[in-house]
Amino acid sequence: MPAFRDIVRRIDSIKNTQKITKAMQVVAATRLRRAQAAVQATRPYADKMVEVLQTVSERSTEYKHPFLIRREGKRAVMILVTTDKGLAGAVNVNNIRAATRYMSQNFPEQQRYVTLGRKGRDFLLRYRRDVIAEVSNLPDRPSQGQVLPAVTVALEEYTKENVDAVLLCYAKWISTIRQEPTVRVLIPAEIPARDRDATGPRADYIYEPDPESVLDGLLPRYVETQVFQAVLENKASEYSAKMIAMQNATNAAGDLIDSLTLYANKVRQAGITTELMEIVSGAAAQEGSSRGR
Amino acid sequence: MKFPLRVVSVERSLFEGDVEFVIATGAEGELGVLARHAPLMTILKPGPLRIQETYGGPEQTLFVGGGFLEVLPERVTVLADVAEHAEEISVDAAEEARRRAQERLAGTLTAAEETEFQNALAMAEARLRLARARRG
Repeated sequence: MPAFRDIVRRIDSIKNTQKITKAMQVVAATRLRRAQAAVQATRPYADKMVEVLQTVSERSTEYKHPFLIRREGKRAVMILVTTDKGLAGAVNVNNIRAATRYMSQNFPEQQRYVTLGRKGRDFLLRYRRDVIAEVSNLPDRPSQGQVLPAVTVALEEYTKENVDAVLLCYAKWISTIRQEPTVRVLIPAEIPARDRDATGPRADYIYEPDPESVLDGLLPRYVETQVFQAVLENKASEYSAKMIAMQNATNAAGDLIDSLTLYANKVRQAGITTELMEIVSGAAAQEGSSRGR
Repeated sequence: MKFPLRVVSVERSLFEGDVEFVIATGAEGELGVLARHAPLMTILKPGPLRIQETYGGPEQTLFVGGGFLEVLPERVTVLADVAEHAEEISVDAAEEARRRAQERLAGTLTAAEETEFQNALAMAEARLRLARARRG
């Protein structure tokens, strides 16, 4: 039977771990709120961008930007968003699995990757996938400029006709307890259809310099914005998952402490009982021998 | 007469309110927008965006590093690639960026690099001009 002291020492160590997981849970919750605010902040720009794109593409129907043209080939580059740090539940595993599966199913000929986040990069490199650009250690509130270079590499691959599609994979935030790995096709780009009952104005603009240049300028930014939003949303998913993982860890530590405490008490009582027995039997022996005298 | 103006970058919303006059740096040169301007969609070059809540009154200046300006009958929107309030501009960073861009432009470059650094240079110079104008 282990010594009482040893068990108490183990309980103390688990209590310390519990303090850490508890703290991490609180931190994740705070960061989650911040990440959600960051996602919210991109909405006005993104919504406006879609609205303008709809108007412009309705206007210049005869002009097809290369990003809008569908190519037949089976080569693609995937922009994979993952986290930089672990302890975030299954978020990264799910993203990586969704991305690689989608790629091998739909683009068997050639698969290239651009990774945003350390975990995805490390995984893909370990499995000798073709990683052509990567950005890692992004802060909680990254600027568009930090994400951009990697996206530009992916877009260039498409312009140079090295690939036939550009894809994006990230963890879509649904609720605190649910995040879903999501694969999206960035190029060929699809401009979402206007709501049929939308009362939005269908302005006929004066274009400066001309509709084609405006569309040329808008489309890359549209793609970039989607990636930027994905990075922010992935952050929100990361912190949700981390919060839940740490909560589970804290609860598990609590259960362990309870059962160890119970065990420690039993050991202590067993010790007391043994001691008592020794004293009693010792006393009985004494008594027996004195009567004999 | 006032119209609602909104300036958004992908990271945040920088200005939202009713104004009378706004001056932007368009692809074809500076342009001023008053209420009831014809619908317009233009590419913006790096430069200041000057906002007057009352025509001829005090001015609020933003730095816009390229983007789009959309004028609709009922509102005006600026979609900025990068945007800063004038007081947020870091003169040191802008000067450093200008120096780097000039250095690179002095060497031999591909056409794509050339446009990239020209753009970087234009951004840095626009930032500096704005910061200097502010200091008077």
